[in-house]
Amino acid sequence: MLQTRNLGKQFVLHLQGGLRIPVLEHVDLEVHAGSCVVLVGPSGAGKSTLLRSLYGNYRADGGQILVRHDGETVDIATAPPRTVVQVRARTLGYVSQFLRVVPRVPALDIVAEAARGLSPEAARARAAELLLRLNIPPRLHALPPATFSGGEQQRINLARGFIGGHPILLLDEPTASLDNANRDIVIAMIREAKAAGTAIVGIVHDTAVRDAVADRLYHVSPLQDAA
Amino acid sequence: MTNETLLSARGLSLSFGAIPALVDVDADLWPGEVLAVVGESGSGKSTLLNVLSGRLRQQDGVVWYRDPEGRLHDVHAMPQPALRALHRSDWGFVHQNPRENLRMSVSAGGNVGERLMAQGSRHYGNIREAAIDWLRQVEIDADRVDDLPRTFSGGMLQRLQIARTLVTHPRLVFMDEPTGGLDVSVQARLLDLIRSLVRRLDIAVVLVTHDLSVARLLAHRIMVMQRGRVVESGLTDQVLDDPHHAYTQLLVSSVLQA
Amino acid sequence: MNALSGYNFAYLDEQTKRMIRRAILKAVAIPGHQVPFGSREMPLPYGWGTGGIQVTAAVLGPSDVLKVIDQGADDTTNAVSIRRFFGRTAGVRTTTATAEATLIQTRHRIPETALREDQIIVYQVPQPEPLSKLEPSRAETRRMHGLAEYGLMHVKLYEDITRFGHVSISYDYPVLVNSRYLMAPSPIPAFDNPKMHMMPALQLFGAGREKRIYAVPPYTAVKSLDFDDHPFRTTRAPHACGLCGATDSYLDEVVTDDRGGRLFVCSDTDHCETRRAAGHVGAEAPTADELAAE
Repeated sequence: MLQTRNLGKQFVLHLQGGLRIPVLEHVDLEVHAGSCVVLVGPSGAGKSTLLRSLYGNYRADGGQILVRHDGETVDIATAPPRTVVQVRARTLGYVSQFLRVVPRVPALDIVAEAARGLSPEAARARAAELLLRLNIPPRLHALPPATFSGGEQQRINLARGFIGGHPILLLDEPTASLDNANRDIVIAMIREAKAAGTAIVGIVHDTAVRDAVADRLYHVSPLQDAA
Repeated sequence: MTNETLLSARGLSLSFGAIPALVDVDADLWPGEVLAVVGESGSGKSTLLNVLSGRLRQQDGVVWYRDPEGRLHDVHAMPQPALRALHRSDWGFVHQNPRENLRMSVSAGGNVGERLMAQGSRHYGNIREAAIDWLRQVEIDADRVDDLPRTFSGGMLQRLQIARTLVTHPRLVFMDEPTGGLDVSVQARLLDLIRSLVRRLDIAVVLVTHDLSVARLLAHRIMVMQRGRVVESGLTDQVLDDPHHAYTQLLVSSVLQA
Repeated sequence: MNALSGYNFAYLDEQTKRMIRRAILKAVAIPGHQVPFGSREMPLPYGWGTGGIQVTAAVLGPSDVLKVIDQGADDTTNAVSIRRFFGRTAGVRTTTATAEATLIQTRHRIPETALREDQIIVYQVPQPEPLSKLEPSRAETRRMHGLAEYGLMHVKLYEDITRFGHVSISYDYPVLVNSRYLMAPSPIPAFDNPKMHMMPALQLFGAGREKRIYAVPPYTAVKSLDFDDHPFRTTRAPHACGLCGATDSYLDEVVTDDRGGRLFVCSDTDHCETRRAAGHVGAEAPTADELAAE
């Protein structure tokens, strides 16, 4: 479903006199349908950079990011932006650590509008179902999440990521701010997604969660600074 | 996904005396897509908007527009009547200052209905019904339909302008700093409204803004302009989170949280 | 009446008349389109019919019979002055009878008697631009006419219906000529608008101060603007003429004393007199005794 070949990524900081910071080199990662690969490595090794590169949020400098999209193979590293938008809409889902949305929109709508192929009513019904499952009580559904706690915001994010049912799902610390009860719900949701054939790449620090969902670990090692 | 662009510009150049406003600018817009053009004032972004919309003539280059029947038109070679008709039907223009577009001595309903009447609608009841429906869509109470715009707040005026523009279901809307000059709380509401309308009605937008957070929330793709040139373009979140050009890095780092 | 010596026929020199005739020809060729012309100083002030009088002078011939009305009346100062003016400078025959006239100059009315192919009616026009109150820029209104962009006029009607429940324009009601040009019919009552439609007579419009001439050729469609669900309707005072009893003519309200007494009479004096001569009598008509007492 997802495969990188010789993926490389560096940052060039023009404001610091063109300082070059290489982060990823020769990354070869392969994720199949129904399996979960968890990225591991020390802090600052580039796990987040890799995940963001897979999503097209960071632009890869070298190599390929091949994604199975609508029966064809698309290289996220070189695809035109419009294609990446389409891949994200239908194939590639992403759960970020932080919720970034228009301030005024109610939680339910934030989740519902990420649904795919559902009528507005069905999308809202499914969104409510997911939020309830993640222990977001109905009284919060109609409120914008700006004032919610960190854990609540993360669960909104999870609902938003899972409602689309994308064939590939990227998870950045999906359980970081959650208590045990909610963490177990997320583990269950990840397992269900895998059972439904979803290919998952995640960053998960919590070893209990990692053990519960990972089929394979992928080690990301820090590069030498070559400034 | 159609591969046919709605609007396509190649090699646009324009100088005001010795000052280059546009230098060899290319741009493409597909149906239903929001394209943000960002940059500081004087970067040429408003000039680009005016050239793309045919309100200003470039010295070099061409802008192609594809009409609903699939025919291509060189925007700057279109006869004046056709271009004006286009601006009243398949295109819309939302100004930063709604007073530039609205008729302040005409009721809200009349303002919204004008484009319908210009297109030949001659049924008062239908026009009024459409106006009320559009006021509702931009979250203005139906009972304000007969009020004059001068009794409206700034945010309401902007929403009224949007209703007036969208009533003919344009496929392409040009927006020049649509949230500029509004209070932050009012801005958020307007952004949300624009976003949901654009998505629901599948409107393509060329959005000029100096506000990177507006671009992030509304646009699929972004073009960064500096001194008349496009220095970087791409996916909005990619350009803002992983800027490559020095000027984009400066822009992004100058904002508290874009 | 004898023509004064020392003046060219009908006051204007022949060069000027030719210039005006050329403008008229163009106006007839493009029904409803405002044609600019070199308006001359006339021996009467603007607003008293300087445009109409120049058009009349340009089309008047020695065999014409001229009628001049102001608000439908032949006997008001303005009408009398202009009639006398042409009587003296052209020596033409004048009349108050609509049916006898070959050329009628009018301010603010169209006679009740239907006009014929062998007649010309000349309207005095203060403001030829129907969009003047809505769009201040003349360059823009010219463009709107050029491109037939008349949505704004309907916005005005929309606003009227919204505010008053009906279109409140009671005179100078805008019309579309020959399905193309928006035209100000001059300040005639909306009641007269239908008479312009398919009129057998040639209709000429002169605006002296604004230096514009326009025309409606015979048998041309003239449609008063309206909405499908608020169709154009004429209104008249709901009375019969106090003098001749007519129930279908446009009426003037005349205050008869300082105790609130009032009388509705035909605004078209010729029409009223013709009817009375034919024996029609209104409720307020003076009796033979009263006439004798005067």
